[in-house]
Amino acid sequence: MLDYKPNMVLSNQEYKVVGTRPIRPDGADKVTGKARYAADTNLPGLLFGRVLRSPHAHARIKSIDTSKAAALPGVRAVVTSADIVEPTGRASELSEGAMVNYKFLSNNVLATDKALYKGHAIAAVCASNTHIAEQALKLIEVEYEVLPPVMNAKDAMKADAPLLHDRLASMTTATIRAGGVLDDNDPTKGSNLANKFEFQLGDLDKGFAEADFIVEKETSTVAVHQGYIEPQSGTAQWHEDGTLTVWSSSQGHFTVRDYTARLMGVPVSQVKAVPMEIGGGFGAKLTMYAEPIAAALARKAGAPVKVTMTRTEVFEATGPTSGTFITVKMGVTKDGRITAADAKMIFEAGAFPGSPVVGGAQCIMSAYDIPNGRIEGYDVVVNRPKTSAYRAPGSPAAAFCIETVIDELAEKIGMDPVDFRLLNSAKEGTRRVTGPTMPLVGFIETLEAVKNHPHYSAPKDGKHRGRGVATGFWGNNTGPSSAVATVNPDGTVNLAEGSPDIGGTRSSVSLQLAEVLGIPVEDVHPQVVDTDSIGFTSNTGGSSVTFKTGFAAYTAAQHIKQQLIERAAKRWDVSTDDVEYTDGIAQHKSDPELKLTFKQIAAIQVPTGGPIVGSAGVNPPGAGPALAAHVVDVEVDVDTGKVEIVRYTAFQDVGKAIHPSYVEGQIQGGVVQGIGWALNEEYFINDNGHMVNSSFLDYRMPVSLDLPMIDTVIVEIANPNHPFGVRGVGEVCICPPMAAISNAIYDAIGTRINELPMKPGTILEALGKI
Amino acid sequence: MAEVWIPPQIQNLTGGVEIVHVPGSTVRQLINNLDELYPGLKEILYDEEEEDIMPGLAVIVDGEASQLGVLERLTDSSEVHFLPAIGGGRS
Repeated sequence: MLDYKPNMVLSNQEYKVVGTRPIRPDGADKVTGKARYAADTNLPGLLFGRVLRSPHAHARIKSIDTSKAAALPGVRAVVTSADIVEPTGRASELSEGAMVNYKFLSNNVLATDKALYKGHAIAAVCASNTHIAEQALKLIEVEYEVLPPVMNAKDAMKADAPLLHDRLASMTTATIRAGGVLDDNDPTKGSNLANKFEFQLGDLDKGFAEADFIVEKETSTVAVHQGYIEPQSGTAQWHEDGTLTVWSSSQGHFTVRDYTARLMGVPVSQVKAVPMEIGGGFGAKLTMYAEPIAAALARKAGAPVKVTMTRTEVFEATGPTSGTFITVKMGVTKDGRITAADAKMIFEAGAFPGSPVVGGAQCIMSAYDIPNGRIEGYDVVVNRPKTSAYRAPGSPAAAFCIETVIDELAEKIGMDPVDFRLLNSAKEGTRRVTGPTMPLVGFIETLEAVKNHPHYSAPKDGKHRGRGVATGFWGNNTGPSSAVATVNPDGTVNLAEGSPDIGGTRSSVSLQLAEVLGIPVEDVHPQVVDTDSIGFTSNTGGSSVTFKTGFAAYTAAQHIKQQLIERAAKRWDVSTDDVEYTDGIAQHKSDPELKLTFKQIAAIQVPTGGPIVGSAGVNPPGAGPALAAHVVDVEVDVDTGKVEIVRYTAFQDVGKAIHPSYVEGQIQGGVVQGIGWALNEEYFINDNGHMVNSSFLDYRMPVSLDLPMIDTVIVEIANPNHPFGVRGVGEVCICPPMAAISNAIYDAIGTRINELPMKPGTILEALGKI
Repeated sequence: MAEVWIPPQIQNLTGGVEIVHVPGSTVRQLINNLDELYPGLKEILYDEEEEDIMPGLAVIVDGEASQLGVLERLTDSSEVHFLPAIGGGRS
């Protein structure tokens, strides 16, 4: 029996607007083709840019001759790395910015002395049309010295491995950031190991000595791509006053502004970034590829330039997630208590430092109460495209390893796998192996929802059918955010925000504003506006927007509410202390005859004091972690090795579902991406380090025909740090699927698969059939 | 005094001490006092140019990542951790 009584803060609270399912404000334009995405940008005199990319996975660039390309009629400019700023990148000078090393960013946008992966941008051309630009690329002469590539992290860590960066500093301090370059006078040899770090709690030896059973295993995963539908595209135009406007789709146009300004060597105040509609990002559009190249070309050509990537370029040159090698050793007592756990996590960063190993390390043991633990992390550069964030970065691979270890342990001691997790689950106050204690979370309630769901007790009909369970953890992020709400005379509200909407956040933010003002959400018109039109807003990432920008909208609405009370008081010539505002109506506290609706006050806002505008700039703490538990039934065809997903139910603590349809959609989307990661998706790399499946025909993502309906169960344990109890929902849903499917396959065929993808060949090999 | 958990990577600067009790009503004061006890810690934790926590680090106070950095207020019972900051990605 559990002795833990969860604190159900706000969890059962109902609202009038929050929690409803209105039609999305951007939906009609999207389904009728009117929505404008990045590549839809057109300007007078627009030129078209194309990028020359390295045909080699690893090569020294001895020379680049662009003269013939520049002379081709119709070509307006050719740029190389010499046309963008390249900071020193020294580790000792990294304090001058945020978590990004601008040298590596610059070198990834356009290579300098080395091409570090197949597809690495070498030079770019702009011309009056794309065909001329592509023709010009063929006229650029690059002399390469081809070098041996190193394609996985274990090989890259060997003493005799080819070095990608001669001067890469191997960092081991607590400042875990995107690596750095050795100082000129530092005699240390360069390394492919960009960072090594460790977390520790308790006494590991003592913990393992107390264990009755120990399981240790290594899992491996290979690079997979985020697979968004819309390739990156950026358009840049310089103005006569030296300012620059950039149109692109991103997960943070303030980041577009800041990075472009840095690489162009101009102040951020001279750059305006305009957010276009975004066709998916999943973390990969938190960085940039096309925008600085477009800006460099536009500056040189004296005309606006658009650079749009092809699908092959997206696969070969934008961030997939890391390939990983993860080892977990875990000990338990015979009654099911975890006594110790030890994890070693090796992540491939791609060509430049900065894999999501830090995120993985902070998640891998966080769902459980582990008194003695150690987590080692390794960030290793290899000759692959620089990785970028992908939905709960680092955590899915971590969950694949630890959740399959837990399944083995539960089996060894003869305990139901959900009961095992319930017994060991983290709750408020649990000390995490990374150090801090856990805030209020709904892990126990989520697991209890699994146990009580009919899926978990349903019979497994059929041959070679199996059921698997796994959980996932993601910390969720927050950050600075802004909102400005303007009341129109007809009683509607224009809401300007700075968070690109990639998951329905225009709705979820509007709902929070409407709830406070007591108006229909259809009367709120949200817009994501450019960097000149709203205060700084941090990226749309880390499942943060409904939390932080919702908080900003809530605060802006409170600002409006105060003004509504003042206007009503002025109209009635009474004190503001005598007026209250509830459910969209300002009312005198003691005179029931005195009432003004929101619409009525909106109509008289000018004569009662001028326009009513509410604004807020916030940086709210306490995003609150997310936890999920998934149950999956699979059927394995033992003749072909194909794994079919028969039934899938995803349970998740969402804090408060502001727009339940979007929450369900996020959960379903995360599950589907996880299924693809588990069963199908991978970069096929040949002996030369080239990706050979760089199209959606050959890179096999699941489609609706591959899947059953993904059932969702929303658990609401409200986050006490948010006025409506929000915690981010968009990422944790991708963490459990790989482990849950692996556990289900084991249940079906009695063999554990420890590598991804669990494709037919791998299954047949495990069955001894090939 | 606040309880500070020293990250394993820099426990060489504290002679292996994992937990330190340090006075300070803000994280900034705490870092200054930490550096007096164990010289070199401030250089790792504090960005002089930005006058804030070193980029890439997050300061966790009583279980929550602080959004105020060195300006975060502390109490005598505060528990402070310095951890790598992490990002995220979503649809």
